[in-house]
Amino acid sequence: MKQLALSMLNGITLAALYFVVASGFTIIFGMMRVVNMAHGSLYLLGAYLGYSVADSTGSWGLSLAGAAAGSAVAGLVMHKVFLSRYQGQDLRQALITIGLSIIIADLLLAGYGGLTYQLEIPEVLYGGVRLPVAGGYPIFRLTLIGFAILVYFALWLLLHRTKFGMIIRAAVDDRNMLSATGINVPVVSTCVFALAAGLVGVAGVIGGSALSIAPGDDVHYLLSSLVVVIVGGMGNLKGAAIGALLIGLAEQLGLAYFPTYSAIISFAIMVAVLAYRPYGLFGRPA
Amino acid sequence: MSKKTFRKLAVSFAVAGVFATHAYAQDTIRIGGLATLDGPFAVLGQEAFRAMELAFEEVGYEVDGKKIEWVKESSDGRPDVALTKARKLIEQDKVDILIGPVSGGEGLAVKEYAKSVPDRTFVNGFSAAQETTLVSPASNFFRFSADGAQWQAGLGNYVYDEKGYRTVAVVSGDYSFGYTQVLGFMSEFCAKGGRVPEKIWVPNGTKDFSSAISRIPENVDAVYVMLGGADAVNFLSQYYQSGSDIPLVAGSNTVEQTVLSTKGPFQRRLEGIPSAHMVAAGLEDDAYKSYVETYRKRFPDGLSAPSAPYYGYYVATKAVLAALDEVDGDLSDKQAKFQEALSKVKLDTAFGPVELDENRQAIANIYVTEVARGDDGVLFNKVVKKVSGVNQVLGQDRAEFTARGVPSRDYPDCP
Repeated sequence: MKQLALSMLNGITLAALYFVVASGFTIIFGMMRVVNMAHGSLYLLGAYLGYSVADSTGSWGLSLAGAAAGSAVAGLVMHKVFLSRYQGQDLRQALITIGLSIIIADLLLAGYGGLTYQLEIPEVLYGGVRLPVAGGYPIFRLTLIGFAILVYFALWLLLHRTKFGMIIRAAVDDRNMLSATGINVPVVSTCVFALAAGLVGVAGVIGGSALSIAPGDDVHYLLSSLVVVIVGGMGNLKGAAIGALLIGLAEQLGLAYFPTYSAIISFAIMVAVLAYRPYGLFGRPA
Repeated sequence: MSKKTFRKLAVSFAVAGVFATHAYAQDTIRIGGLATLDGPFAVLGQEAFRAMELAFEEVGYEVDGKKIEWVKESSDGRPDVALTKARKLIEQDKVDILIGPVSGGEGLAVKEYAKSVPDRTFVNGFSAAQETTLVSPASNFFRFSADGAQWQAGLGNYVYDEKGYRTVAVVSGDYSFGYTQVLGFMSEFCAKGGRVPEKIWVPNGTKDFSSAISRIPENVDAVYVMLGGADAVNFLSQYYQSGSDIPLVAGSNTVEQTVLSTKGPFQRRLEGIPSAHMVAAGLEDDAYKSYVETYRKRFPDGLSAPSAPYYGYYVATKAVLAALDEVDGDLSDKQAKFQEALSKVKLDTAFGPVELDENRQAIANIYVTEVARGDDGVLFNKVVKKVSGVNQVLGQDRAEFTARGVPSRDYPDCP
């Protein structure tokens, strides 16, 4: 019973992290139909930047801000310089982002070396609390859940209750018509790209505090984001949340109960979803 | 031109081609280096190439007037990638000697490949799966460093006798090197009468260990942890965050210098963790001191002290250079003379003498250590016991040892 409760809790907290990482990915896809294969690199960039900021200032809050700003600028440049000119050519854009991800990964390896880094968690969030059934549990992991919920509602409000969100949703439905109403769609695209990149940079700091930062994380989180949004439905916030929850729980319950096969469980779920709902659980045809 | 003369002509061209590459090979010796600059073992790969670079620099990239050409190739720790890169080095870059790879599964794949190219020589870098040289070894594959089971020699006895642990739970990476280390630890610990009630295998590259941690039984005396690189850092910090106070015993990679050098809050809790390895820090003899001195001077941006992969690749490269010197760089006759000389190489290293057994596997010293904090505040593995001349069958009868089979998830077992 305790084991099950702990595994569920672990699954939910991991899902929270996966959701924060994947939300930017799914927004970019929804808005621009770009499969941003450099999403993991933006995560890793944010994590390393956050580490550098925390190392020189000693403040965890500042490292969040630094990572968000750094990744957002990187995303902005990436979109402005490389992607916007190929609007509508999604294969070409995907290939460009793969190339960028390899370059960023190597630059980060050259700059930070192969060592593993960890961000210091602020003192208030360090340590554990006693929970019923599950027993002791790290506070920081519980905070993750709160943070994911915060991100979800902030994004939901942005998309559904603001003019900017209205423009984004209109762009998803019909770019040309939106353009005809006098909205500068490329500028909006760049803004959305930078926003999503900043969000994943923040996720990098959070992941680097809860777990660690190491070369190869970029691929790991890109893969988890892909699985999460494919299961949940591309370009759909609710889908990303449900997908993250499914994958997080499957990974942790798998690790606890079928450790030998835990590596393939999330892919098995993905295969099953693709076979019966090719656009994901909440997706719809593009 | 008849078909027959054409064929003759083709054959003679081919023969001429062979001689041409041969003549080329005589004034330049191409040595391939295969290590992991990508993936979870990236820092190990950096160390590996530092070692090769230094070893070549020490001889000025030259042996008996023959130039040494060094070709580097990177893997990411996966056997299939290592195999592809090894083939590329041998078939496209035409290296004469290949030094590598880094991880256990990679080593097994490269060893199998070595059998298909008997006229080239393979010298293991840092990979330490036991099977590689114990079960159906390749006659052209040499390993000058101890395997993962050897690395744990003395640790089982130490924690049973000195620490008084009687039951230990095992948490280990789910791959051949993990099985090998667990065997090395358990063969001594279980022989003493210790028990291992639970073994938890986790996939390599796991980020979130919390579910594995929650499976550790509460009534064990200690937890034996065998995870490497980023996995070790993740496990250790999550273990301490979970509030558990069961003491840890560490496999060789878990408290390896690369992990000890990682900055993070988990560092505060590591002091006193016992482990064992083919390398240690803070030895009191001159060979060791000059080894560390040279490393620090040559690689100011390296680690605080040379790591185990550095040692593995350094010894391998040194052995190759010694054997090349012995045969005056003569790689003719399918490298027969060179391979013969290589199997007889005896090295005096910073960690004592190294020689090969009949399977071309190293017999070497092993050090039981405990994590300690130096005067400069840096963590290192302090020697508490030295075990001399450990061979691959851990001093047991070779026939009996091999008959028990290779280590796996279920073997050995003493619940």
